[in-house]
Amino acid sequence: MSRVLVGVKRVIDYAVKIRVKPDHSGVVTDGVKHSMNPFCEIAVEEAVKLKEKKFIKEVVAVSCGPTQVTETIRTALAMGCDRGIHVEVSGKDYEAMGPLQISKIFAALAKKEEASLVILGKQAIDDDCNQTGQMTAALLDWPQGTFASEVTIDGEKVKVVREIDGGLETIKISMPAVLTADLRLNTPRYATLPNIMKAKKKKIANMKPADLGVDEPPTRLAGVKVETVDDLVAKLKANGTI
Amino acid sequence: VMFNGLCLKGFWLYSVCAMRDTILNSHLAAAHGLSDEQKEFQKMAFDFAAHEMSPHMAEWDEKEIFPVETMRKAAQLGFGGIYVQPEVGGSGLSRLDTSVIFEALSTGCVSTTAYISIHNMCNWMIDTFGNTEQREKFCPELCTMDKFASYCLTEPGSGSDAASLLTTAKLEGHHYILNGSKAFISGGGDTDVYIVMCRTGGKGPKGISCVVVEKDTPGLSFGKKEKKVGWNSQPTRAVILEDCHVPVTNRLGQEGQGFNIAMRGLNGGRINIASCSLGAAHACVQLARDHLLVRKQFGEALSNNQFLQFKLAEMATKLVASRLLLREAAVALQESRSDAVSLCSMAKLFVTDECFNICNQALQMHGGYGYLKDYAVQQFVRDIRVHQILEGTNEVMRMIIARSLLSESG
Repeated sequence: MSRVLVGVKRVIDYAVKIRVKPDHSGVVTDGVKHSMNPFCEIAVEEAVKLKEKKFIKEVVAVSCGPTQVTETIRTALAMGCDRGIHVEVSGKDYEAMGPLQISKIFAALAKKEEASLVILGKQAIDDDCNQTGQMTAALLDWPQGTFASEVTIDGEKVKVVREIDGGLETIKISMPAVLTADLRLNTPRYATLPNIMKAKKKKIANMKPADLGVDEPPTRLAGVKVETVDDLVAKLKANGTI
Repeated sequence: VMFNGLCLKGFWLYSVCAMRDTILNSHLAAAHGLSDEQKEFQKMAFDFAAHEMSPHMAEWDEKEIFPVETMRKAAQLGFGGIYVQPEVGGSGLSRLDTSVIFEALSTGCVSTTAYISIHNMCNWMIDTFGNTEQREKFCPELCTMDKFASYCLTEPGSGSDAASLLTTAKLEGHHYILNGSKAFISGGGDTDVYIVMCRTGGKGPKGISCVVVEKDTPGLSFGKKEKKVGWNSQPTRAVILEDCHVPVTNRLGQEGQGFNIAMRGLNGGRINIASCSLGAAHACVQLARDHLLVRKQFGEALSNNQFLQFKLAEMATKLVASRLLLREAAVALQESRSDAVSLCSMAKLFVTDECFNICNQALQMHGGYGYLKDYAVQQFVRDIRVHQILEGTNEVMRMIIARSLLSESG
């Protein structure tokens, strides 16, 4: 039971008033305050707690994106992660990137690093996809404990209490596994001044998706607008979807 | 129009917390010129201020609560001895790091941050001038804030003329017998460790020594808790010494070195207090800006009014100028530059004056609402008013600067 990968995403800070760009192509991100996705903070906290309880030896913080995401990795290091991995993706590729590509990257890293657990936030507060954890588990063919509000390691298994629509569900899954953190899993710690200083010395490895055998995301195709539900059904039948 | 109290309170909490979001991005950006590490310190301090302090700022003021648990949480993050050496439990950071941290914390509560800065100053004095036994005895518990400290220099008869202090310390065997009283002591009565400047020798600064008096020492008592305009989250009392026996081993440094120790402590203290003013002013500029965008009169938002636009621009300009001077003084002190004392005095003078004006103007921009305790701006004004007075009045700052300019080497 040695290593945990934690995904951390750099997103626009939750308290910022979001503004749409004048050309309506997206939201304003230049000069806007960014921070670690709150659910990723909870994921980091859980991983660091597991290490403090001596269930795991090493926590590796991973983020995908341009140079600025190293700030987010540093924050994870200051919270107690041991080292970081920056998977560099910039510009148009970064804008086109979505959960499927991220999951491919995480799946490749999980194998490469021989991780016992991959812990992610349940969703990011910018796109609210809630897909990366599930897709990563599917690509790895690992069990998944999503929307976790309580995690207990029991030998080679993990007991996960999940927050679901009907209430709370408890499952027991084998490791290696993918977990996604929900709001009530824990309260993330503040980085301490000494830990912020120690984080400076921790290593952040740099790599590209291609180094992990992951392709560039496909160009996003335009959709088609239809007038009625009947048209929609007809089109879906025509292209073989249903 | 009358809003119900709940609506206003909600608005205030929102504005105090929401202003944090753009503090690091506006053109007042407090993060410019800082290293990545300093930006991390700053971010952490802002987060702590927004979540642990600003929701309680009004209550601590109204109920005069000394927030021991919150300060101990801050100490766990390293805020108990920011510029104290790591080997006795401190964080070992620079004066500039410290200024950045206090500026950020102050946006959450000026009064509490100011007390934390006084505690840090006392901790540093023991760390710097104490011998090994004293440092090991006092500093670790001050760094964790298991114990709290107070700085005792001012007396009823000696404020600006600090060197004329009358508290005597007569040597008898292995003890000094202290007699006298100190006035306006921050934390007095609720703290554990008192750094007392007292007279062991003749008149003037060279007759003054510095001793550490511990709580519950017989002969140590306190006056009534003062009722103040601001700084209400820290108790202020007179400290009374009547045949108070203090072991000679509690003296910091040499006899006659006390005034020098006190002044060296204050150089850093002045940077810290000015940093608190800066944080308050930044918060107020943000609050004023938000209010101007929302409040409408004469059919349009106040932000369309040229006078208010110009006023806001002046406030922002003075804020940025203040910050630059203060950070330069912090660096000068860290590097022990020959102009450090003068620069610290200039920074304290300029920053506390300008920032008070900024906060006061922000209050004015709020109109009638600025005068209500439901709105944070009045608390920032009340809390930082005293920064122009303590740790050396702004008049004394002028004396120090003038002396330095007119001296033979100046």
